[in-house]
Amino acid sequence: MTPTRSNALVIAKLEVKFDRFLALRGVSFDVAPGESFGLVGESGSGKSTLLRAVAGLAPVSAGTITVNGKTLGSSRTKAFYREVQMVFQDPYGSLHPRQTVDRLLLEPLVIHGFSDIEKRILRALDEVGLGSSFRFRYSHQLSGGQRQRVAIARALILEPSILLLDEPTSALDASVQAEVLNLLEQIRRDRKLTFLMVSHDLAVVTHMCDRLMVMQNGAEVERLTASELAKRKVTQDYTRNLLVASQGFVRPDIQPER
Amino acid sequence: MSTMLTVEDLRVQFPTRTGTVDAVRGVSFTLGRERLGIVGESGSGKSQTGRAIMGLTPPHAKITAQKLNFDGIDLLEASVKQRRSLRGNRIAMILQDPKYSLNPVMSIGRQIVETLRTHEKVSKAEARKRALDMLAAVQIRDAERVYDLHPHEVSGGMGQRAMIAMMLITGPELLIADEPTSALDVTVQLDVLRILDNLVRDRGMGLIFISHDLRLVSSFCDRVIVMYAGRIVEEIAATDLHNAKHPYTQGLLNCMPQIGADRHPLPVLDRKPEWAA
Repeated sequence: MTPTRSNALVIAKLEVKFDRFLALRGVSFDVAPGESFGLVGESGSGKSTLLRAVAGLAPVSAGTITVNGKTLGSSRTKAFYREVQMVFQDPYGSLHPRQTVDRLLLEPLVIHGFSDIEKRILRALDEVGLGSSFRFRYSHQLSGGQRQRVAIARALILEPSILLLDEPTSALDASVQAEVLNLLEQIRRDRKLTFLMVSHDLAVVTHMCDRLMVMQNGAEVERLTASELAKRKVTQDYTRNLLVASQGFVRPDIQPER
Repeated sequence: MSTMLTVEDLRVQFPTRTGTVDAVRGVSFTLGRERLGIVGESGSGKSQTGRAIMGLTPPHAKITAQKLNFDGIDLLEASVKQRRSLRGNRIAMILQDPKYSLNPVMSIGRQIVETLRTHEKVSKAEARKRALDMLAAVQIRDAERVYDLHPHEVSGGMGQRAMIAMMLITGPELLIADEPTSALDVTVQLDVLRILDNLVRDRGMGLIFISHDLRLVSSFCDRVIVMYAGRIVEEIAATDLHNAKHPYTQGLLNCMPQIGADRHPLPVLDRKPEWAA
């Protein structure tokens, strides 16, 4: 696999090591611009570590990450964060508790030296479906879904081309999850964004992504397209187990209808 | 089926600076030796219903009910002492996240023994033996080793099994499971449910399974109560779930992404004010 300019993101033989523990064992894949790529696996499979390695939050010990044709070094530049932004899992933990929404959205703009701050904040809030009335609230005055919308607004305000999504809806209720997933899809369509999305929920990933990779113990198990998964065309037992698990519990004393 | 628990017009209110918050507003149901699921979103009052039965509502909250009766005991009139002797003994509760609900500075074995010896007069040696048997019953293979481990040394699935062991060692008649698998991986989730399933069936317990996951609950329980804004909007047999009548239940079922279903955008809940009325 050679890094080409046409790919938005190329991961080649990436390894991440925490002290002596190898959390990621040589994973490779590439994501085309405007594509949505999913990573699935249980906890400890290294899916979040991969995402954090791209964002520069995990120690890369071998392999390369190439974003929009530029191979990244060990540190990340300001320009990188203009291109790549991340939305974290827990909306309760990822927003500063003593900053208003306004201040949360202001900070990235100031760091990157934007001038039309007022306009951008209002537009970002509008885009994620929160009116300007939310602008001067603190995060504890918001519901989980509203907080995740603020986190998405904060990621989008720098107009990145790639969004890293680490379980963006797993802390939310099913009904709120649907709203946030719809929002993310709409934003991707409108802005032609590239998504790299991590989730333990196969249904969420197949809904959001065109292609996905199943991971276990820091390595790739198999790579599928969403339609292959929908047709149950899986080759590995591990993926099959995940599929069975996503169907819910089967009581041995009650035979399922059908 | 004999009725074990009767709840009639249960209300839980929290006085706050800005007025009273009605968390539970007139919930009624009965429970025999069966599995009852309570489903709803966060804030629907499902957990507060479970906590009120268990007697774990914060002291400043106001609980009222026409009837809150467990096996002939009026839970609202019961003394603190009587409630304490029920709690953990005849009524037990499994909480969501073993990371927070186990004591971090006490070994797993000691925590289980503590529960047992609070309620039964048994020697230390026998308590240890029963704890080890119970750990084996929740399918922990190396019970001797796990007995001496602390909660941070075990995985989430193992911690949740340890909690189930701790709750079931006194042989409760009623088990309240508040999101027992939400903090676990999907594959581990099924293991824990299978264990719970076997134990509930073998011991003939009554089970209240509280969860936000309608699909999971309906696959595990006999009967499902759907709550919205502190009230029951629908009660339905789990096998009839696809015939749910209330638009809220249908909305909850509908809004989940499904493998193979191509629905863009996903249908979202259109909340009607009259649902909460």
